[in-house]
Amino acid sequence: MPSRSAQIRLVSSHPEVYEPCDDSFALVDALLADRTNLLEHRPTLCMEVGCGSGYVITSLALMLGQETPEIQYIATDTNPYAVRVTRETLEAHGVHAELINTDIASGLENRLAGSLDVIVVNPPYVPTPEDEVGREGIASAWAGGENGRRVIDKILPIANKLLSKRGWLYMVTLTANNPSQICLQMRERGFASRIVVQRSTEEESLHVIKFWRDFDIQADAKDVVTTSSILPARVMDLLPRLSFWRSGSSNNSC
Amino acid sequence: MRLLTHNMLSSNIKGVTNGFPLRIEAEKVVEKQVEINHDFLRNIFPKIEWKAFVDASRILGYAELPEEAPEPSVLESDHEFLGKFHHALLELHIEEGALVCPETGRKFPINKGIPNMLLHEDEV
Ligand SMILES: C[S@@+](CC[C@H](N)C(=O)[O-])C[C@H]1O[C@@H](n2cnc3c(N)ncnc32)[C@H](O)[C@@H]1O
Repeated sequence: MPSRSAQIRLVSSHPEVYEPCDDSFALVDALLADRTNLLEHRPTLCMEVGCGSGYVITSLALMLGQETPEIQYIATDTNPYAVRVTRETLEAHGVHAELINTDIASGLENRLAGSLDVIVVNPPYVPTPEDEVGREGIASAWAGGENGRRVIDKILPIANKLLSKRGWLYMVTLTANNPSQICLQMRERGFASRIVVQRSTEEESLHVIKFWRDFDIQADAKDVVTTSSILPARVMDLLPRLSFWRSGSSNNSC
Repeated sequence: MRLLTHNMLSSNIKGVTNGFPLRIEAEKVVEKQVEINHDFLRNIFPKIEWKAFVDASRILGYAELPEEAPEPSVLESDHEFLGKFHHALLELHIEEGALVCPETGRKFPINKGIPNMLLHEDEV
């Protein structure tokens, strides 16, 4: 059987590029866990924001490519070394993604609005001083500013704009990012959510969350805006699972 | 960079209202064969801005596409058309060159097949 994720020995590297780490593995494991659904979903365009070494987008292309060859992949990163390293990683595995050196999806937002069926992102999520966010070099791979939310909070509305009606978003979060609040914010945009993978290391507790547009919620969300009433049932289902989320800071270690 | 991507990119400079299509300056173009997939072509066809696509393919030296976008039904039956559409969309890669903002003339370089759309501070 062909490999379903990128092989570490074939992943290219550079001193300024984030190497695959626990968070990268958690995201790929989440995609593998959801692979059957992804195959049934039959996406046309899939994008990764912040591709780093290319480990994740390469794995996604490998796990879906055999059965669904009609998918095209796009990956972006602000780090010019990262997109080059991603190209090498993709080539070493014989798969292709279109690469763009850009901030999140800048330059694609007009023409790709409503067109992406899948977005995957392992964002810079570590709480840091604000001025460390988006600096040149490797620090921008993890520096997330206050609560680690600076880049995440920019990505969410863009994902909402780019995802198609049936679009799915998979995102890595840290406990300190307050994932339950992220889910509620996405709910206001009409998205349901579910934890696909949850993983605790000594240093951090990671969750990979899947978001999808839910038309019941979209109807509810409009009501909530006007009446700001009781939380609809779906969130109540989610809350017990979210209740263990504590905030607290964490450091990335790899 | 494939023409698929060119068709999806616009100038992202602050204040630019007419940022599409980006003009292509191609220094190095390579062809890489990939297997044709009719489902992908049918799914993506409605999203393609046809005129920008035809013009871009001509700049890369490929003049086989019809000037006018065909009816979608053509994609069901016309294998010759599908082959041309596939070739121009996915098999031509701009490896070196630039994309130029149609409004400001600002150049976005393409190196090793990767366009650099990062903005300077005063452009954001
Ligand atoms: C935690 S690393 C993940 C890398 C890779 N996807 C992985 O899982 O191993 C985050 C990546 O996002 C990139 N990044 C940070 N801010 C970004 C932004 N505003 N737009 C695009 N990419 C960004 C970083 O350069 C880095 O490569």
